[in-house]
Amino acid sequence: MSAGTLYDKVWDLHRVAELPGGSTQLFIGLHLIHEVTTPQAFAGLRDLGLGVLHPERTVATVDHIVPTTSQARPFADPLAEAMLETLERNCADYGITLHGLGSGRQGIVHVIAPELGLTQPGMTVACGDSHTSTHGAFGAIAFGIGTSQVRDVLASQSLAMAKLKVRRIWVNGQLQRGVYAKDLVLHVIRSLGVKAGVGYAYEFAGPAIDALSMEERMTLCNMAIEGGARCGYVNPDATTFAYLVGRPYAPAGAAWERAVAWWQSLASGADAVFDDQVDFDATTIAPTITWGITPGQGIGVDEAVPSLEQTEPDERPIAEEAYRYMDLAPGTPIAGLAVDVCFIGSCTNGRLSDLQAAAAVAKGRQVAAGITAFVVPGSEQVAAAAEAEGLDVVFREAGFQWREPGCSMCLAMNPDRLEGRQISASSSNRNFKGRQGSATGRTLLMSPAMVAAAAVSGHVADVRLLLNP
Amino acid sequence: MTSAALASALPAGPIIQVNGRALVLRGDDIDTDRIIPARFLKCVTFDGLGQQVFADDRIELQGAHPFDRPDHQGARLLLVNRNFGCGSSREHAPQALMRWGIRAVVGESFAEIFYGNCLALGIPCLTASHDLMLAIQAAAAADPAAEFELEVASARLRSSQPETSWQLELPAGPRQMLSTGQWDGTGQLVANGAALAATAARLPYMNNFPG
Repeated sequence: MSAGTLYDKVWDLHRVAELPGGSTQLFIGLHLIHEVTTPQAFAGLRDLGLGVLHPERTVATVDHIVPTTSQARPFADPLAEAMLETLERNCADYGITLHGLGSGRQGIVHVIAPELGLTQPGMTVACGDSHTSTHGAFGAIAFGIGTSQVRDVLASQSLAMAKLKVRRIWVNGQLQRGVYAKDLVLHVIRSLGVKAGVGYAYEFAGPAIDALSMEERMTLCNMAIEGGARCGYVNPDATTFAYLVGRPYAPAGAAWERAVAWWQSLASGADAVFDDQVDFDATTIAPTITWGITPGQGIGVDEAVPSLEQTEPDERPIAEEAYRYMDLAPGTPIAGLAVDVCFIGSCTNGRLSDLQAAAAVAKGRQVAAGITAFVVPGSEQVAAAAEAEGLDVVFREAGFQWREPGCSMCLAMNPDRLEGRQISASSSNRNFKGRQGSATGRTLLMSPAMVAAAAVSGHVADVRLLLNP
Repeated sequence: MTSAALASALPAGPIIQVNGRALVLRGDDIDTDRIIPARFLKCVTFDGLGQQVFADDRIELQGAHPFDRPDHQGARLLLVNRNFGCGSSREHAPQALMRWGIRAVVGESFAEIFYGNCLALGIPCLTASHDLMLAIQAAAAADPAAEFELEVASARLRSSQPETSWQLELPAGPRQMLSTGQWDGTGQLVANGAALAATAARLPYMNNFPG
């Protein structure tokens, strides 16, 4: 059983009570909400005659259903408009801050909470969205919840939870040029599988993790859930504090020094005990890309679609399903596979450094004929920062569309979606069947730089060959 | 069934037994995007989701999908394999299964968020080993009309045609919550107001990091 890890310390600090049946009532420090998973939670609250216990600890934005071409109200889609109106009414009724369209602070919930300084080390963070694991990058214990649990957090600022085991993912070495946090996490999931994390929190640690920026750590923790781990985290360090200082909701003045001291005390100690540890070497990881229908079906860009013989017996049925769905034969090299759509954005890879990495590839090149390529900044702040350094111009000149912030084609709840059997090169997080809005559409997950490389090449290409020396 | 009749039949109170026919849905890693595609999340109530469960898979199979087969209509138990319900946290997935008529799920393993969402709706998710699960699925597939009885307190699944029973697994916590009716635990969380206040008082970030 784990002891002395950040997970153990934060868990103990947030324990409210032991509940009948053996679960723990856990205090939730930050509750993030959006338009898709909350209407029924507020309705449930009204049905029970309950109020919101800590409205100041819940923060809202709108991201999943917003169009990325024009965000003028009312939206063309009346259902999308109704969802946003419901969120606006609920936030007004209960005194919850909503960072809405045009506020300068709207964006994907997992992009805006960090950039506003809402997400801090040592917090418990919950949101009705599985990619809430993103916030673990700060040394928070952050996890996705369902709508009934959103209702519970609104009513009680707490949840009934069972404690997880803790697995340390120790990463030696350094990522090489053209290899990013996205490649690292796709490599981890490819190696351990999509089920290995069930019942675990993943602590990411080691020299390669220490060297990652906060945005890279967010990409890494974001996809912990794709490996089955409901939460992933990185211990807070000088990189964390340098990111947070001066942000709108970060502590300031004398409180800042006290906060840093407390945050440092929460990191897993040298004597921490883990339930399990797996070691990786970052130096050997290549740009990694998925070929199938689960995020675990990944390969290096210089590899081929694996044969059944190269696949674990348990994984063969879903590999066969993936061959059929993707129309890819075993042994097909992934480099050179033609794509139709290139999407840069999402809570995984929609931050400024992601756009910078993609722009470095796009600059001075042209999107290949017949390809639709578009960039969706993760937030209004990301868009403004990118425009301030001219990235929008770089992308437009290269033939990419520059869109308004939102979740967009990661899950296609807005008008951005694949058509028919189109193949996308996508910087998002899920390649499930039908995920990008067409029941037969196909998704190849990769880093934003690799998406840009695919866009200018017309097919999957090794970004390392396109980077300037 | 009218929506009013269905609503009245949704789980409430102690969940002692789930009895009825069983539906076999084979395959690992069946994600919540497949259970309920994202376009159906554009709604402000869960009411219509029962019709839309597995919408794209059902279109693809043109009537041959387990949820479309005539002999499965009215089934109450769902028999699945590994990592069922992975991916998105959308509660719309168990809501869609529940509103179609499913009242319990038995599988080799479940994704955690899905499992918790089911528990919050009073839908027991029980597990069985790989070999046991294949045996249960084979028995159900051999006779879609077979009636099953699932007893929550003992985690025992029985079939009368032929007379067989299987021991499943259900951890003590969910077992107690379901069988005592405490799975709908909002009131219990709210009732601990003093302990909630004490927790908030000792968390530095709730108090501007006092010196």
